Amino acid sequence: MAGRWKPDLTWADVTPKAAYMNRRQLLAGAGAVAAGAIAGPAMASLGAVPSPYSTDETPNTFEEITNYCNFYEFGTGKEDPARNAHMLTTEPWAVRIDGLVDKPGLYGLEDILADVTLEERIYRLRCVEAWSMVVPWVGFELADLLAKVGVQDGARYVAFETAYRPDEMPGARFPILDWPYREGLRLDEAMHPLTILATGLYDEPMPNQNGAPIRLVVPWKYGFKSIKSVVRITLTADQPHASWNHSQPREYGFYSNVNPEVDHPRWSQATERRIGEGLFAPRRPTLMFNGYADEVASMYAGMDLTKFY
Amino acid sequence: MDVVGALNGWARRVPTWPFYVLAPLPAVWWLWLGLTGGLGVEPIKELEHRLGEFALQLLILGLCVTPLRTHLGLNLIRFRRVIGLAAFLYVVLHLLTWLLLDVRIWSQIWADIVKRPYITIGMAGFVLLIPLAVTSTNAAIRRMGPVAWRRLHRLVYGAVLLGAIHFVMLAKGLQLEPLLYLAAVLGLLAMRAIPRRARASA
Repeated sequence: MAGRWKPDLTWADVTPKAAYMNRRQLLAGAGAVAAGAIAGPAMASLGAVPSPYSTDETPNTFEEITNYCNFYEFGTGKEDPARNAHMLTTEPWAVRIDGLVDKPGLYGLEDILADVTLEERIYRLRCVEAWSMVVPWVGFELADLLAKVGVQDGARYVAFETAYRPDEMPGARFPILDWPYREGLRLDEAMHPLTILATGLYDEPMPNQNGAPIRLVVPWKYGFKSIKSVVRITLTADQPHASWNHSQPREYGFYSNVNPEVDHPRWSQATERRIGEGLFAPRRPTLMFNGYADEVASMYAGMDLTKFY
Repeated sequence: MDVVGALNGWARRVPTWPFYVLAPLPAVWWLWLGLTGGLGVEPIKELEHRLGEFALQLLILGLCVTPLRTHLGLNLIRFRRVIGLAAFLYVVLHLLTWLLLDVRIWSQIWADIVKRPYITIGMAGFVLLIPLAVTSTNAAIRRMGPVAWRRLHRLVYGAVLLGAIHFVMLAKGLQLEPLLYLAAVLGLLAMRAIPRRARASA
């Protein structure tokens, strides 16, 4: 939401669209020359503006981010989503927003995006399986959308639901989880400026395997909280159903904040491996709240995080 | 024509030593792939999983030898030693990948072995295989006598079962593949309870 934080960047710092389009064209051109053909930019650029919430860590490559995914609706293998997610129809797309809101309804994606400023948010992503990436998401704060639909007084949680289309999702034909995939946040978590709805990465529209066309990104929680391909957002008074929490409550808590001191029952969460560092890279220590403790720790003050894991 | 007879003839003639040469090649190939980007963007886990799954497949293949002989009359017993030793090799490589490439932190390794049931179970399976690998030579069979040797080598039943359970336990959600392996192991162990095929019906 504009005005909630003060970036030290101005519009003057933004790379003019013509300049980066040119860069893309140059790169594409270089490839095209090698191929003996002329080609323009491959995809439409989203023109996301930089954000002070971005980490300065080096992002993983587009290849890495799009070929190592957990999106069980398309299969449980890490490369299954890259292979299968092309089957998902993402146009048209609408999100039902209901529950304790002033303006419930079926919102077309274009209406949701009509008056938001897309930002580039370079976030660390820590999977519950003890691997991590750095992803240059493109998105906007969930709080902006919630403000637009009007959150009513009694609302304390936000529930999310992924599309469930067995005909387009080969993995969803098996009862790996209790479909549709569902997740939830406490309202203050949902309103936090770090929490975004992402519609792209690397300044390009979201690849299907990463949760096209619109997904949640909550960088201080394990990756499975950042629900993909969202079709429904419901404001509720009670803690909503969350898929992994429901399937294995002992292993996956509702909060699922990244916490190196609270192990998953089956493996340690103290360390993680950064994707793309090859066969000989050591693990690195996992950071409390995935390194976002300064921004989010106060929301959990006084809570026993070994109990509310 | 008599397929079983032809296969038995082939199994008698083919030397076993080339299989000792061939057995390590998949591991060499996967390591090469891992070094050159052919195992995807997370090569350590991929290598670990491939080695472990291949070890389990070889153990299951080893369990097939006896039922094939008793129920189909197909005798592949000459190859059982190389199958078993190859399985042991891949279990060791799987473990080494976990120790030296994956975790590397000794305190965490020990904590994992003690605290994580699926790792405890996998380690127990590995430990059961050690005496079998050590006594895999003709000299060991002579020294122990066939009865004691055979009794000792029944430990493989426990090892395969632990290996399959280890695989089932590390899956997230309800996944089919590890359950299929477990079903195969349980099926092959159950076959040992079925009485030997009557010779007269052959």
